[in-house]
Amino acid sequence: MMVLILAVVLIPLLGATINGLFCWFTKRKAHIIAVPAIAIPAIVSLILLARVLQGERFDQVLYWWIPLGDFRVPIGFLLDELSAIMITTVTFVATWIHVYSIGYMDHETPRGYAKYFCYLNLFVFFMLTLCLANNFLLMFVGWEGVGLCSYLLIGYWYEKASAANAGMKAFVVNRIGDFGFMIGLFLIYKHLGTLLFSQAFASAEQLSVGVATLITLLLFTGATGKSAQIPLYVWLPDAMEGPTPVSSLIHAATMVTAGVYMVARTHALFNMAPLSMEVVASIGAATALMAATMALVNNDLKRILAYSTVSQLGYMFVGVGVGVYAAGIFHLFTHAFFKGLMFLTAGSVMHALHGELNLQKMGGLIKKMPITGWTFVVGALAIAGIPPLAGFWSKDEILAGAFMGGHRIIWAVGTFTAFLTAFYMFRLIFLTFFGEPREKHLYDHAHESPPVMTIPLIVLAVGSAVVGLLALAPHGGIVGFLNRTLGEAHEAAGHEGGLTYILMVISVAMGVAGVVLAYFMYMKRMPDPVAMARNFRPVYTLLYNKYYVDEIYFAFIVNPVVGGSRYALWKFVDVIIIDGAVNGVGRLCRLVGGGLRYIQTGFIPDYAWMILVGAVVIYWIGRLF
Amino acid sequence: MGVGLFQYTVLSVLVFLLGALGLMIRRNAIIMFLCMELMLNGVNILFMALARSKGSVEGQVIVLFVMAVAAAEAAIGMAIITSFYRSRGGIGVDRADLMKW
Repeated sequence: MMVLILAVVLIPLLGATINGLFCWFTKRKAHIIAVPAIAIPAIVSLILLARVLQGERFDQVLYWWIPLGDFRVPIGFLLDELSAIMITTVTFVATWIHVYSIGYMDHETPRGYAKYFCYLNLFVFFMLTLCLANNFLLMFVGWEGVGLCSYLLIGYWYEKASAANAGMKAFVVNRIGDFGFMIGLFLIYKHLGTLLFSQAFASAEQLSVGVATLITLLLFTGATGKSAQIPLYVWLPDAMEGPTPVSSLIHAATMVTAGVYMVARTHALFNMAPLSMEVVASIGAATALMAATMALVNNDLKRILAYSTVSQLGYMFVGVGVGVYAAGIFHLFTHAFFKGLMFLTAGSVMHALHGELNLQKMGGLIKKMPITGWTFVVGALAIAGIPPLAGFWSKDEILAGAFMGGHRIIWAVGTFTAFLTAFYMFRLIFLTFFGEPREKHLYDHAHESPPVMTIPLIVLAVGSAVVGLLALAPHGGIVGFLNRTLGEAHEAAGHEGGLTYILMVISVAMGVAGVVLAYFMYMKRMPDPVAMARNFRPVYTLLYNKYYVDEIYFAFIVNPVVGGSRYALWKFVDVIIIDGAVNGVGRLCRLVGGGLRYIQTGFIPDYAWMILVGAVVIYWIGRLF
Repeated sequence: MGVGLFQYTVLSVLVFLLGALGLMIRRNAIIMFLCMELMLNGVNILFMALARSKGSVEGQVIVLFVMAVAAAEAAIGMAIITSFYRSRGGIGVDRADLMKW
């Protein structure tokens, strides 16, 4: 088992190393290395998953990485139900995204092509490290690694200022969250004396509620950065500057779910801190609603999907926050399929339209690109929660968990968000794929993508359609499987017969209502969306400008920090104090030297005088003491 | 009044100061060189006087060393003065002024 786990982790690293060091050689053939470097781990992950299904577990220290007296950190891996699901999802989705990238990155320079695949493989390596780590520090290595790769890939087109800035924004915002995460780790070590998951969770009950709350809130701060929750979600929409498969892989399917995974992994700590759970669930619900409303009026294809990702991540945090960890991870699992799919279809549309992203210029594309269009519809139905597609099962599981756990407000927000989700997704579909083409020129040049791009779409569409059915598998389905590790917070949740069905009907009705409303507004123009925007101008403006959050952050955080750095730290401390001190010493030496040099007459008798006088002076000084 | 350590010391100091004074006030390189020899020999006298009054030989040994060094110095010093004369057209040390500020 250890060999298999090492293979899963190290093969992507090997692929990244080869493409990184020999990009001058692999060039356009980089995918020959990179795709198998993910496909093989995907197959191995399936084998591992099968063995975990049979009840096997792996938790072993391979060697002690940092042995410093009492502080010992190992390289070690933990494979249980949770990490098995995670690595399978990551490698499976990543494999198809790699395949898709072969077609999508076709126009890149040869070296850029190899570099791109190097980064993708490296990213998968760090993500697998994060998922399989058996201690907090190794998890943190993966955590930072995916952040690094995210930065590199967002800024992949670094010649473009907006891409470089978006990469920097993602990095800085993530760093703010990581700061909290690190302090959380310090506190865990201080209070529990270990960073190993198994030991830390076993002794978690020794923690007082206050300390546990503090630790979990700090960990959750890290999660808000990585998983794009309020208040640190701002980087994710900007991250759309990267190549679209990257958005698909990192900003939908895998990296951003790291926060959810981390909360689920540390559920032993979160169970000790009810207040933190409330915070997690509330932030999740608020984020879900806020991001969904921002997606309502946006006209950028990828940004809508980005807000949708933020919103769905909010659902996952609702799930883990109300204690149904398995449901949250289940939603993570289904979301990876349909959101990965939708980003890839968006990429396919961009590919066909030469990078055009504005919905208002599209329309009627389904005739030109049927595979892309219909697979997108499958993904949208899945995210809208229409049974029997994947999103329905997992979202319903979360909402039922929230309702049963007594979080009625959160349930109501989640259900309403489900309505919004269906609405904005189908608005996107109707504007992009149906109706009349609004830009004749773009429409005429549109074409279906090559098979290397459409096959991954079909595979992921099938996945989006059916993976939800895993909920119906024997022994409680995927939720029951995950609960072997995560423990059931609410024994009765989801098994109360009548009430469950009522909740299910409500959430489906909300989804259908959203779809129908979008149909009438954007296909039949009644009510006319333009008139709506005019009638509700303040609301529309507020949403269109994304609640001015970026502007507020700039006004209250970025500008004071930048201004303080520039005027207080740079212009005053650095220029006046530090440079002043250094230059002052230099100037003093020049001044003194400038005065003293006049005794260097170059005239030997003068030197002889000085020697004599010096000798006498030293003699008398010697006499004095 | 016999000649004792005191008289030798006075002689030594006088010779030394005579040399030092000459070194400082004369401009002729050869004269200055000779004055330096005077200073060395003033010290030598003191060495000899002290060695004799203490009955030890270390002072005498050092004097031999000093004389050897002075001989070597004379060889080099004269060579420098010769080449100095050729390049500057005289042996006044005020002709050497390149080393000033």
